[in-house]
Amino acid sequence: MAGHSSGTNRGSHSMDKSITLPPDEIFRNLENAKRFAIDIGGSLTKLAYYSTVQHKVAKVRSFDHSVKEADGDPLYEISVQEEITARLHFIKFENAYIETCLDFIKDHLVNTETKVIKATGGGAYKFKDLIEKKLKLKVDKEDEMSCLIKGCNFVLRNIPHEAFVYAKHADSEFRFQTTHPDIFPYLLVNIGSGVSIVKVESEDQFERIGGSSIGGGTFWGLGALLTKTKVKFDELLQLASKGQHTSVDMLVKDIYGGAYGSLGLTGDLIASSFGKSATADKEFSKEDMAKSLLHMISNDIGQLACLYARLHNLNRVYFGGFFIRGHPVTMHTITYSINFFTKGEVQALFLRHEGYLGAIGAFLKGAEEDNPNQYSWGENYAGSSGLMSVSPDLNPMQRARSGTFDMLEMDRLERQLVNLPLLQDPSSYIPDTMDLTEDALAREYWLYCFEEALDGVVKRAIASQPDMPEAAERAEKFRQKYRHKLQTLRNQPFAYGSLTVRSLLDTREHCLNEFNFPDPYSKIKQKENDVALRYYLKVVKSLEELSWEQRQFALVRGLLAGNVFDWGAKRPWLVDAYNQWIERLKGPPHTCALFFVDNSGIDIILGVFPFVRELLGRGTQVVLASNSGPALNDVTNGELQILTERIAAMDPVIHSAFKEDRLTLVQSGSSSPCLDLSRLDKVLATVVRERQTDLVIIEGMGRAIHTNYYAMLSCESLKLAVIKNSWLAERLGGKIFSVVFKYEVPPKH
Amino acid sequence: MELNGYHSGDAATAASDDDEAAGPKQQPRPSREETASSGRAEGAVSEGSSAAERRSSSSSAARQRLDSLKRGRPPFPWFGMDIGGTLVKLVYFEPKDITAEEEQEEVENLRSIRRYLTSHTAYGAAGIRDVHLELCDLSMCGRTGSLHFIRFPTHDLPAFLQMGRDKHFSSLHTTLCATGGGAYKFEEDFRLMADLQLHKLDELECLIHGVLYIDSVVPSECYYYENPADPEHCEQRPFPLENPYPLLLVNIGSGVSILAVYSKDNYKRVTGTSLGGGTFLGLCCLLTGCNMFEEALEMASRGDGTRVDKLVRDIYGGDYERFGLPGWAVASSFGNMMCKEKRESISKEDLARATLVTITNNIGSITRMCAVNENIQRVVFVGNFLRVNTLSMKLLAYALDYWSKGQLKALFLRHEGYFGAVGALLELLNPS
Repeated sequence: MAGHSSGTNRGSHSMDKSITLPPDEIFRNLENAKRFAIDIGGSLTKLAYYSTVQHKVAKVRSFDHSVKEADGDPLYEISVQEEITARLHFIKFENAYIETCLDFIKDHLVNTETKVIKATGGGAYKFKDLIEKKLKLKVDKEDEMSCLIKGCNFVLRNIPHEAFVYAKHADSEFRFQTTHPDIFPYLLVNIGSGVSIVKVESEDQFERIGGSSIGGGTFWGLGALLTKTKVKFDELLQLASKGQHTSVDMLVKDIYGGAYGSLGLTGDLIASSFGKSATADKEFSKEDMAKSLLHMISNDIGQLACLYARLHNLNRVYFGGFFIRGHPVTMHTITYSINFFTKGEVQALFLRHEGYLGAIGAFLKGAEEDNPNQYSWGENYAGSSGLMSVSPDLNPMQRARSGTFDMLEMDRLERQLVNLPLLQDPSSYIPDTMDLTEDALAREYWLYCFEEALDGVVKRAIASQPDMPEAAERAEKFRQKYRHKLQTLRNQPFAYGSLTVRSLLDTREHCLNEFNFPDPYSKIKQKENDVALRYYLKVVKSLEELSWEQRQFALVRGLLAGNVFDWGAKRPWLVDAYNQWIERLKGPPHTCALFFVDNSGIDIILGVFPFVRELLGRGTQVVLASNSGPALNDVTNGELQILTERIAAMDPVIHSAFKEDRLTLVQSGSSSPCLDLSRLDKVLATVVRERQTDLVIIEGMGRAIHTNYYAMLSCESLKLAVIKNSWLAERLGGKIFSVVFKYEVPPKH
Repeated sequence: MELNGYHSGDAATAASDDDEAAGPKQQPRPSREETASSGRAEGAVSEGSSAAERRSSSSSAARQRLDSLKRGRPPFPWFGMDIGGTLVKLVYFEPKDITAEEEQEEVENLRSIRRYLTSHTAYGAAGIRDVHLELCDLSMCGRTGSLHFIRFPTHDLPAFLQMGRDKHFSSLHTTLCATGGGAYKFEEDFRLMADLQLHKLDELECLIHGVLYIDSVVPSECYYYENPADPEHCEQRPFPLENPYPLLLVNIGSGVSILAVYSKDNYKRVTGTSLGGGTFLGLCCLLTGCNMFEEALEMASRGDGTRVDKLVRDIYGGDYERFGLPGWAVASSFGNMMCKEKRESISKEDLARATLVTITNNIGSITRMCAVNENIQRVVFVGNFLRVNTLSMKLLAYALDYWSKGQLKALFLRHEGYFGAVGALLELLNPS
């Protein structure tokens, strides 16, 4: 570490002072910062604070329609308003920078209502005076282990794809896990200088059930002695990764000549660590000894972890601490050891934000009066560096750009997010259809697509703010930021968990928001809605003239193609369950349908509403779930509110249903063109449960193809979309504009 | 890998002074057993087993062998061998009830082996007979005699085979029962170099049978430490191992195997660890430049591990009460060595001590977890790591007692590392 500071003066403070920080990138929003926490480890410092961010958000407001408006008047008013959202900032840097960073914070800290800084980690004591002197804040020490656990619970609860399995030789080294809705109980094995094994049973209930003195400190201390060099921990790991342990260790085959067959012990197993070095007349290389030591310690920790996991009957075991901290070498040896000792029954799990747990925990302790645990938080992809961002092997570019600073930002979500109660098995639900982390071809394709589309997005962003002269400049910054994200993802597809089309879209939304382009499509949506509304009655009338059979088909086609194009006219479709659906419609009506809607304009007005109208006519209640915030040209909850009112004014069927609450609008809690059914607004979940929803309709590429294509629900479901991408269509065995009409009925028990 | 030089200050392994220069080829000196002489010949009895066929041969030796067979016992010499990663352990039964007739019939080769082994306490550069372990007046298979316990480094096995060849061991047509990994690894060497056929046996079975047998014939074989936490009052006490099951058997050789034993023939290997005696010695050699087990132990006894290790109190200033960790507990083995200044302030003895404590505590910790997982309260530690190593034994006794809050008892056996070899000998006498 600190490899870029001059070799002769390494680690000296005078040297580090000269390092200038790129302030706008690292300690952001310091002017609103409060509630500081710091976790100082043996080599890394993690700083945490809370800030409020002013965001421009697009709001829609209905005009007064009591006066009959002239043709061409806009349907509603779009205004950009300032909104304040809460954000958590976590920054990780080398201890060498601590003084520079404290100076920087002091100079930029405007808000002085903060009096205390929560501190944890072994170094908190050492730097106490420095912190108090520089920041004029009182250092309040918090217990390391309870901070760690608090932090761990927080990331497991709030960050999807937080945990991963490490597989060195697989296509994708990182296999991210869906977080079980109930994160407890679990085992946390923290490998610092020693090892602590902690059983966590609930938010406040945890117990150190064991530990070992053979840990990271043993690797470092004994390694330094054996190699007789003044090495840093990372350098020792580097040595180890180049060594051959077989020259130092006594293997089973050194004793048996081969395997010990009757016990199933293969010849290559280590029978005695360092068993061959018991001789005075042989020299061993530093690399070989370091490797042997690494194996010895990793195996030992793995074995103890397994013994404790078995004793307490736990199969979720998370590993952390500076011995792990994102080092592929140790993640591999620990994984190997766990696999060996449990024969695959227990998987070694690692955490993307493992290095931040202590700081997050300390922060949460200091912020208890704000009760951060009552909210849901989301990782902000625009402001977070992603996994392995400071690994020089993986990303030399990143290192040169911002030193070894790593960041995590989390935004407070306006609402608590929960599972859709209708998921068949929430613990195995994976929203995304394709994992681009594992599928290199697909990754290549989609990264290319998003890069190609970037110019268009920039243009649209500028066009959405014609009255703002600096929009072009901001849009250019957005372009740089998102392009850099795409480049990062090319090198580290695992940076933010599994790479998916959804995460690429979400990252783009986060970056747009970052540069105050809250809703680039607002004007387009407005225009399209306007046009579509004019045709509503005409469409409804022509549908009513059709026979029942004809009408059902026309309604489905309307949903698929917004009634405009001839898509979907020819059957059979790529996925075609239309006949089953029609048969079902001949039966009793559904009690309540939950409809996740997609685009503005034609789609929602001429596709969804006529379909909803038909459902209402059958006696089925309808819940329309739309995005809470803008994403592409998807209809937002605010817009849908106005549209529904307008349609209700024209159409007595919709009017009475809306008035009698047989037609309800809810927010999905999302601002994504895709849909994660495990992170939905709590209100939606309540409504779904109360109304005994027995049909879920998901429409559009983003929600029904890129995500949820394989989602299993506990009630009937319709997933329908036209595949408007030839590559994806081919992947699914069809051509561009292929139609997917999935009607699924859960197996009866 | 000379685990057993005889230059140590260990009084238990007495080395005879005049054998210093002697290699395995050295001729035996006359001993008192020579006086006995008589012979007895019996008629031929045929037996169908292949082992018996191998044993039967022509001439007077054959007659003697057939005599033994008739009585259901194998011909002399009676050996059991355990060839481990570091040490070869050899047990030899010396019959003391040899009749004059037998003596007369005894072939020269057999006599020479007997005399060589029993009249020396050290063989070659590093072979040792543990005289203090010798079992006298032992009755085995209807014969009375002494059981001798001999060890030498595995890397000296070629010299041993050479001796076997020079002494025409193969002409005795004996079965050599051997266990341990070396029985497999060196099987061909035995055949090619010494014309000897090994009867290979599973090491865990031999170990268990050996333990059970020795405990049954030696009254004070098993013992424990009373007051292991208190150096002033810590004492060895005999432990009668009657009805020993279930038992956790921890064999600490170069590596460690942990067995759960439910009866003589019902056992399982629970787990093992590669951090064993070989690791202690290997690390000590690298850290201190020593090359012998006794030397490493001796250094350890004079060192102070707490200068090398980071203790709980080094981090928390005292006990870590939140988690019930006492201040004296090691938080990070070798943890102080992360710091350059501290690396320069410690001695070789401190390093040896820290290594011993690290390895021992780790074995204790894994053992304790296995005992809890297997629901076994009695733990017996065996293996040559414990030889002349009271430091480790007391540490194990203390660690098990402390961390189990008195639930677990650490037991030790006097014949530490020889049970596999004894088990092999038993297999020769009572083939299963």
